[in-house]
Amino acid sequence: MTVSVAFEKARAEGRAALVGYLPAGFPSVAEGIAAVKAMIESGVDLVEIGLPYSDPVMDGPVIQRATEQALAGGVRTRDVLHTVEAVSGAGVPVLIMSYWNPIEKYGVDAFARDLAAAGGSGLITPDLIPDEAEEWLAASDAYQLDRIFLVSPSSTDERIAMTVAHCRGFVYATAVMGVTGARDSTSSAAPTLVSRVKAAAGNLPVGVGLGVRSGAQAAEVGAYADGVIVGSALVSALADGGLPALRTLTQDLRSGLTA
Amino acid sequence: MLPDDRGHFGPYGGRFVPEALIAALDELDAHYRKAMADPEFTGEFERMLREYAGTPSLLYDATHLSAHVGDVRILLKREDLNHTGAHKVRNVLGQALLTKRMGKGRVIAETGAGQHGVASATAAAYLDLECVVYMGEVDTKRQALNVARMKMLGATVIPVTTGSRTLKDAINEALRDWVTNVDDTHYLLGTAAGPHPFPAMVRDFVRGIGVEARAQCLALTGALPDAVAACVGGGSNAIGMFHAFVPDESVRLYGFEAGGDGIETGRHAASITGGSHGVLHGSRSYLLQDEDGQTIESHSISAGLDYPSVGPEHAWLHDQGRARYQPVTDAEAMDAFALLCRTEGIIPAIESAHALAGMLREIPALRAELGHEPTVIVNLSGRGDKDMHTAGEYFGLFDSGEVIG
Repeated sequence: MTVSVAFEKARAEGRAALVGYLPAGFPSVAEGIAAVKAMIESGVDLVEIGLPYSDPVMDGPVIQRATEQALAGGVRTRDVLHTVEAVSGAGVPVLIMSYWNPIEKYGVDAFARDLAAAGGSGLITPDLIPDEAEEWLAASDAYQLDRIFLVSPSSTDERIAMTVAHCRGFVYATAVMGVTGARDSTSSAAPTLVSRVKAAAGNLPVGVGLGVRSGAQAAEVGAYADGVIVGSALVSALADGGLPALRTLTQDLRSGLTA
Repeated sequence: MLPDDRGHFGPYGGRFVPEALIAALDELDAHYRKAMADPEFTGEFERMLREYAGTPSLLYDATHLSAHVGDVRILLKREDLNHTGAHKVRNVLGQALLTKRMGKGRVIAETGAGQHGVASATAAAYLDLECVVYMGEVDTKRQALNVARMKMLGATVIPVTTGSRTLKDAINEALRDWVTNVDDTHYLLGTAAGPHPFPAMVRDFVRGIGVEARAQCLALTGALPDAVAACVGGGSNAIGMFHAFVPDESVRLYGFEAGGDGIETGRHAASITGGSHGVLHGSRSYLLQDEDGQTIESHSISAGLDYPSVGPEHAWLHDQGRARYQPVTDAEAMDAFALLCRTEGIIPAIESAHALAGMLREIPALRAELGHEPTVIVNLSGRGDKDMHTAGEYFGLFDSGEVIG
């Protein structure tokens, strides 16, 4: 299933798609799978499974701690693929979000093959820019996987155009200059960035991430973006309140988009 | 001329960073290229090095050590005599001056044992820049004296409590700060690694080591050396020493990595000789990683070499066979440390003792290969005052219960 399914469904309902992130293996592989399933039942349109990595330079404290805990618990790359396999039949597209070295170590082509075999839709690459992605471009074509690169408020128009041209599925717009983490107010740079990206993206959906933590914020972002990406707030909910809190927040985020 | 426009040394280097940093790296690259072609910038950089840092550093004919070893002429490049006590002052002055030129008022830096942090704080004080240093919490406790030095120089030291709480996590935290504050902040990276243009830029700021040594050797001996040697952690002092000699095919280049307890024990920091290909902190090189690509903690008695990757140009020089990289164990390094103290009255940094130990080990083979007495240059990248606690414990110099601070 490609991620376009999720965006088309949301578009048909006149709203933005809700994209939910959780790391695999947190708090354990089995509980992580249960959490993703709960998130899907509570209304996310698209799932990002984080691959825990020892040096997560794009992540703020919440996701750092969760992925550290997952690694300390012994999570392996194959557990991440297993997590994808376990949730990919639940009716929404499933992506992996991973720093580049674990993919390169696994073997780019082998990873693409196994991700596709697990029912995964594609890969979000926070520290891989299209300029360095030759092998991944070929592998994602070979296995028909979506590939989501990031754009940022500091990206030039030339880089936005180049990045968008290499994306498939959607474009990930990082709304703020900074690392992941929930913020009280959403970024004022985001609407400008989204309109710049849309000018280059044609029909490709634009998802906005970094900072969203409530239904009200989701509604604000959903007014101008095709997808609202939520990570740290969901991880915090799961860490602090378990599945009930995760469900409550997911429903709140989703109702923010439906209202 | 390497690297290429996108910072590649063959398959190594490049940029493996969030898109949010690309604009800043492009800006840095453009400013750095322009600055290096601008006599006003290069003239001011040279003036600071000469008048403030004390370069050119001496090339010292170590006759006592040479006599002790026998049938060799060992020349020591005395980077330990520079202001702040190491080659690092060259890099920090270059980057701090470039920061001023870019109109930025704040620098951030990572530090392991504190040497690069102290150097950065020094350059920031000298050039009136705000300075924030990220340091693993474990290291702030091990190196309280260097924390005090940085604070005296006006820097803010932020202990890093994530991950393994050491150098690699300090780099992660500095990158996070940079991505958040990139408009007014320059990341003053401490070694010839990281995303392009850092490996090339840092090399260019420290390559004076080799340029000076080459000219000094010619003046002193009338010939080029048969070999030059340097220790390799991230690799800045080694690339600084090697670069001017790379075109001189008769000059053998030796890079000595921290072998810790021995490569076979898994407790080492030898990325090239004991690691594998991968991506860490923004560039492709050799690194210490497990089978899933998770970074493995490095181990070395020398804090300055205790880093799980290495600059991409070294990876390239290794693959080309132009430079030879070998591990040196903690024990070998400490033997050389003691030998230099006793023969020459010079207390070297334990990092630099790795270079000396490796070169001493290779001299018999080199002599046999050449068929004559070799002339070798060892880069004495730093002084050993900072290492006296480690050395005192290693050699059992402290009375039990004595507090050393």
